[in-house]
Amino acid sequence: MLFLFYSLIIFCIIGSIIAIEARNILASVISTGVVGMGLSILFLFLGAPDIAITQVVVEIIVLIILIRSTVSIDNTAITKHRDTFAIISSLIFFGLFLVFAFMAFQGLPKFGEPLMTVSSEYLEQSVSETGASNTVMAILLDYRAYDTLGEATVIFTAILGAFVVLRSKGKKGKKEPDTVKFGIPNIDELSTRKSEEKKQKIQ
Amino acid sequence: MLIYFLNSILFVMGLYCLIAKKHLVKKIIGMVVMEYAINLFIILIGYRNGGIPPILLPNMDKTEFITQSVDPLPQALVLTSIVIGLSVLALMVAISLRLYEKYKTFDMSEIRKLRG
Amino acid sequence: MEGMTFIVKNITRVIISIIFIFGIYITFYGHLTPGGGFAGGIMLACGLILLTLAYGKNMAFKKLSDFWASILDNLGALTFWLIAIIGYTGGYLFVNFIEKSNPFGLLSSGTILINNIAIGIKVFASVFAVFLALTIFGRFVSGFISTEEDN
Repeated sequence: MLFLFYSLIIFCIIGSIIAIEARNILASVISTGVVGMGLSILFLFLGAPDIAITQVVVEIIVLIILIRSTVSIDNTAITKHRDTFAIISSLIFFGLFLVFAFMAFQGLPKFGEPLMTVSSEYLEQSVSETGASNTVMAILLDYRAYDTLGEATVIFTAILGAFVVLRSKGKKGKKEPDTVKFGIPNIDELSTRKSEEKKQKIQ
Repeated sequence: MLIYFLNSILFVMGLYCLIAKKHLVKKIIGMVVMEYAINLFIILIGYRNGGIPPILLPNMDKTEFITQSVDPLPQALVLTSIVIGLSVLALMVAISLRLYEKYKTFDMSEIRKLRG
Repeated sequence: MEGMTFIVKNITRVIISIIFIFGIYITFYGHLTPGGGFAGGIMLACGLILLTLAYGKNMAFKKLSDFWASILDNLGALTFWLIAIIGYTGGYLFVNFIEKSNPFGLLSSGTILINNIAIGIKVFASVFAVFLALTIFGRFVSGFISTEEDN
């Protein structure tokens, strides 16, 4: 079982090396899709089928969005000078980071024996208190529903931001506002209509 | 131990791509790879040797279920994180498309030069 | 954006009902089998994206224009908030106030079912709205795929 985990992680690392160093942008986008699918198989073997389903479906939407941003764009400029200062300094920093991370991982519990101080309470009482058999869903929507509310707000805000940035250029010509579709009359038009009728009556 | 180390190698490669490359789409791909590494790390912490998923089936013994299932709490956190990553990626791609329309290039060092 | 060839249109007609039913099943039974509101909502959005790609953009606007997509999005978020605030009658926020009946049934878990449906509708409308905004709103930058990179 451990050999399976090692081989899948090494597959993901090789895939991400290809994604970083490829010359063609379309090739690197496809390669990051492959990394996501390999990660989903790894989640399935780690005992998380919920996460595996979500990762596969989200990976498909990520591929659609990224391919939209690279295809059909006329992009022929090739500049060849590298940023050597950034590369050398980042490599030195990463060497230090890996050394300290190796020393910090000695403090974590051994891989395969989790502590589970809070989760044992959740596992014992989820069926009797909430009635749901899926403990992950019971945690997300009953014990910690406040976090799900925060997540719904973040998704709403990010997609609202994407809409505002991509709005079509300029608003030439008046569009009728949304309230008219529901039957509520527009206040500005009412006042202008009334003033025009008064002018016609006077004349 | 070794598996946590391999996971941090994946994270460091995503960070390198974010810093040292100049094409805007490559930077976005670097952020996506960093996100995969972080989600994997949180799930690796909650794994139990020979564990079963935390779903109760109709004919299962209750005490056996408690001593054999994996940790359900990190999985709830990672589910939130995956969907938030998707929506932030949509915002990043929208901004990069607008930058391309204004400056006609994806090269970051061209965009950074002060003009006028 | 035009549609695709005749073969793709016919196969889409058959497969899209299966995709919708599967998405609704994963949303509704989220408290018994793996899945839940998020995965089910994104699957429904994938089905509608397939319909758009195969039949052209007029069909997409007929099924779900951007006005109704934002209305559905807000309905999902408001339902979630409503269930949270009604729970105040039980003492604190988000009380599971509906009766819980036989385990392993569909109606066995109180407000978890309603929350799953609300989140499924919200995520479906959001992802489809992002797809419409990125591809159909007239922001095609011209030219073809010359995807060489600048290092």
